[in-house]
This record gives sequence, structure tokens and C-alpha cells, in this order.
Amino acid sequence: MSVDQLISSLTIFVLAILVGFEVISKVPATLHTPLMSGANSIHGIVLVGAMLIAAIADNPLSIVLSVLAVAFAAMNVVGGYLVTDRMLEMFKKRPVAPKAEPKVEA
Amino acid sequence: MSLDTFIRLVYIVAAGCFVLGLHLMNSPATARRGNQLSALGMAGAVLGTILLIAAGDVSTSGTLIWPIIVVGIVVGGGAGAYSARTVKMTAMPQLVSIFNAMGGGAAALVAIDEFVRAANLGPHTLGTAEVVATVLDVVIGSVTFTGSLIAAGKLQGLITGKPVKLPFGQGINLVLAVVALATALYLILVGQILLVLALLLAAALVFGVTMVLPIGGADMPVVISLLNAFTGTAVAMAGFVIDNPVLIIAGALVGASGGILTKLMADAMNRSIMNIIVGGFGTGDAGTAAAGGATAGGSVRELTVDDAAIQLSYAQRVIVVPGYGLAVAQAQHVTAELAALLEERGVDVKYAIHPVAGRMPGHMNVLLAEANVPYPQLWEMEDINPEFQRADVALVLGANDVTNPAARSDPSSPIYGMPILDVDKAASIIVVKRSMRPGYAGIDNLLYTDPKTGMLFGDAKDVLTHLISAVKAQ
Repeated sequence: MSVDQLISSLTIFVLAILVGFEVISKVPATLHTPLMSGANSIHGIVLVGAMLIAAIADNPLSIVLSVLAVAFAAMNVVGGYLVTDRMLEMFKKRPVAPKAEPKVEA
Repeated sequence: MSLDTFIRLVYIVAAGCFVLGLHLMNSPATARRGNQLSALGMAGAVLGTILLIAAGDVSTSGTLIWPIIVVGIVVGGGAGAYSARTVKMTAMPQLVSIFNAMGGGAAALVAIDEFVRAANLGPHTLGTAEVVATVLDVVIGSVTFTGSLIAAGKLQGLITGKPVKLPFGQGINLVLAVVALATALYLILVGQILLVLALLLAAALVFGVTMVLPIGGADMPVVISLLNAFTGTAVAMAGFVIDNPVLIIAGALVGASGGILTKLMADAMNRSIMNIIVGGFGTGDAGTAAAGGATAGGSVRELTVDDAAIQLSYAQRVIVVPGYGLAVAQAQHVTAELAALLEERGVDVKYAIHPVAGRMPGHMNVLLAEANVPYPQLWEMEDINPEFQRADVALVLGANDVTNPAARSDPSSPIYGMPILDVDKAASIIVVKRSMRPGYAGIDNLLYTDPKTGMLFGDAKDVLTHLISAVKAQ
């Protein structure tokens, strides 16, 4: 990695952290669990890295490492997004049933 | 435009989708769309990478490229999809923890593979920046991997939720830290030797276990959140190792979000993150916890289900305070049923949600949403606290420490200063609880000996089921 490359990567890294703070600090507590789960799915992007090492796996050790990496990352991505979606689906706003008058029981 | 350039642009769009997706999670109304946008960006990045490999625009010297990718995605993706679809909502935190372990493990594996490849060429193939990124990735990814699995095991009840005090715990951690530091420095300053990396890996994997084992089950939300941030950081480091900006951006975003979330949760418990990780009152006060129970210096009034049903039916305002016990008993549906029944009779029902009630931040919201409770009925702590003094009945379902008035009144209490729900301000209080055992903090709850309080002992689900029939009979 050249110094230029390193500096530009570090710049991206630092700015992405700041964007993360900015975007996330506004989420209400109600959504903290889906947020955690949603963020958890995003780090499944490591699947891209896992596939790239699979593309150069030319020895038994590398093959084992990369198949594990792809499987782990795929589980993270697919499971993460689906479970987050399942949670958020339930957050649909449902109309509150109109309140009945208090019953006068005999 | 070459395919390579195009896919790089796709990566930028994907990163944009992640940021916007998280932003849309600000509001329940747009949160689902946000997650879908984020998933769309992810699909784009993954498909783009597959195209790049297929077109041979990246190095493709591998011998089994497609079998690896197909088997990995089918097996991993299938397991993920199956568990995500079938998991019960109460068991969801441990599933998220397992997914988190997978992400951390994958990030560590990517760096290990790159390292092995370089070390085979000679001990000085990698530049300092790459070695530093590799070391950080392997350490953070491995700690997350074992740590998250232990956390999931504790939540699932496979491993005791109680803090496990390891013999020589601090000593073990000290040894692990020394090994990790020494091997890391060797790799960076002297040369890249496989055996040294293996030692570093082993130390990190063991540390994940010894870090999480001594932490009590009630603190798992904070731990999972912290480990989530760890995985993000590990993925960003993997991005440095293989020089891929979309990994860096996505990893950094998650690192920041997990960090903030962890801090918010620790703040809500009035503890520092350090204090939780090092083991706070959960580990030190075993004596107090054992001695608890019958003390507290006051008597406890036990209610019958019928008494409670009458109180609830003739109340005008009821505030339901759900906690850990509700999740354990899977009582969210009966709770919603009772609330709906009371509403039908003209009782105003609100739910008071403490930020750290349950096993994850917002866990109660998810459980109650599953039971079709409309979210405007769920009130956060600051908004609901002024309402308690107007409430006729506060119905506490398996919540303990978050309702203990000692947090306001007793400076000697370990939870003094922790923000709590002002349940004791309600005109009367009904507490549904399994037994008189103290909560996680191991201290007596002054609420239970308050003359206004009546206790209903038993499993939350059973008690509520009886309560519903009793209310119907009113």
C-alpha cells in the first residue's frame, strides 16, 4: 500500500466514522434494537472481501479459509437483513381501536 | 467506462445506501424502507463483485472460485435465512449476536488468508500499514467471534447468565494481554511469521471468552452492542488489508453506530462501559445478592388475582411497565390482550419503556410490536415519568432494578443515580414477579415494601392469563 493510498483510505475511514455518529445519534430509543440489527447486517459487507479472497484461493488452506469466510459473511448479510425486516414489519402503525364507553356491569 | 470503474461506482452508491438507510431508521414510519434501501445497496455491492470476478477484472488465480462462492453463499445464506425466518422474537437478541459473531469471524478470516499468503512469500512482504491493519483485524474479529458466541449462549441459557468468576480471572486476562501485545509488536517490528500470528489468534479467541463470561446476563445488551461496534471496526480493518473502500466505509459506519448505542445504554444504567466490561457490582457483590430477599425491613403485601382484576377494571389510567420477566415468560401477547381488554372498558393504557428494559435496547418495543401494540402507546422514560402521578395503577411485569426508588433516594445504593421509571408515584402498584429474589444488581427493591404495592407472584404469562379471565368476570 503506497502512502497516498494509505492516506486516502484513512481519510475515508475517518469521514465515515463522523458520518456514522451524525446519522445515528438521532435515532430514537424505540428503534435501537432494529438499528443494532440493521447495522449488524451492514458489516456483512465483508462478504465482498470474502469473495475476493475466494477468487485467489489456490491452496487447500486458502480454500478452507475463504469458504468459511464466505459462509460466515453470507449468514451475516442474509440473516441480518431478513431478521431486521421482520422486526420492522411489526412496527407498522396500526389504528388504535376506538375506545368503547366504560361498561356498566350489573 | 471499464467494468472495474463501473463497479467502483456501484460500491460508492452502496455506501450511500448504507448511510441513507441508517438515516431513514430515525422514524418508525420510514425504518423499514431504510433497511430495504441498505439491503439493496448490499445486493448491488455483492453482485458487482461477482461480476468483477466473472469478468476476470480482479486477480482470479484461484482454483475453485465458483464452488467456494456458491457453497459458501448457499450454506451461509441458507442458514441465515432459515434462522431469521423461524426465530421467536424473544430469542432475537441471541440470533443478532450470532450473526455478529459470523461477521467478526469472516473479517478475521479475510485478514488471516492475506497474511498467510504474504508470509509464505517471506517475512517482510507486507508493509507496516498492512501488518497493523491485519493485527487489528485478527484481534478485534476473533474477540468478537468468541465473545458474541458466549453472549448468545448466555442469552439462550446454554451458559449460565450469572457472572462467572474465573479463578485468577484478572491474571488470565493479564497474560493474554501480554501475549497479544508481544506477538503484535513482533509481527509489526520484526517480521511476519505464521506461528506468531497463530499465537496472537489464540490469545484473542480466548480473550473473547474470558471477557464475556464474567459479565452478568442483564448486561448482555451493552456487551452485544459493544461487540457489534467491534465487528464494524474489524471489517473496516479488513478493508485496509485488501484495500477496498466499501469495506472501510461500511465498517466505520457500524463502528460509530455501535459505539454510540453502547454509550447510550451504559449511560442509561449510570455505569461506564469500562465498569461493565471489567465487571461491576454484578461480580463483586455476590454476598449482598445472597443475603437479599427477605430483608428490606418492611413487609410485602401479596394480592390475589381477583383483587388485582378489580383494581385494574375500575382504574382510569393504567401504566404497564414491562421488563426482563416479560421477555423470559414470553408474555407479550397476553400483556397486549389484557391491555386491549382494559381499553375496551374505557381504561387508558400506556406502556412505560425504560431504555435498558429487556435484553437489548428497545427490546420491549420489538416484543410489544410483535403483539400488535401500536407504537404510540409505548412511552419512553422521560415522557412517561410525569404521567405516573396521575396513574391509578402501575402494573409492573417482571421489571425490577429500573423501578427501584433507591436509585433516587439512597446514595449508598449501587444503582444510586441510575435514571428509573417513577413507578412509586402511581396511586397503587401491582408487581408481577416470579419470587422475591432481588434483581441483577443484587439489591432489594424498596418498591415492593411500599404500602401502596401489591405483589402477584408467579410466571408473568400464567398470572396475566388468570388476570384476563378475572377481568372478564368483572
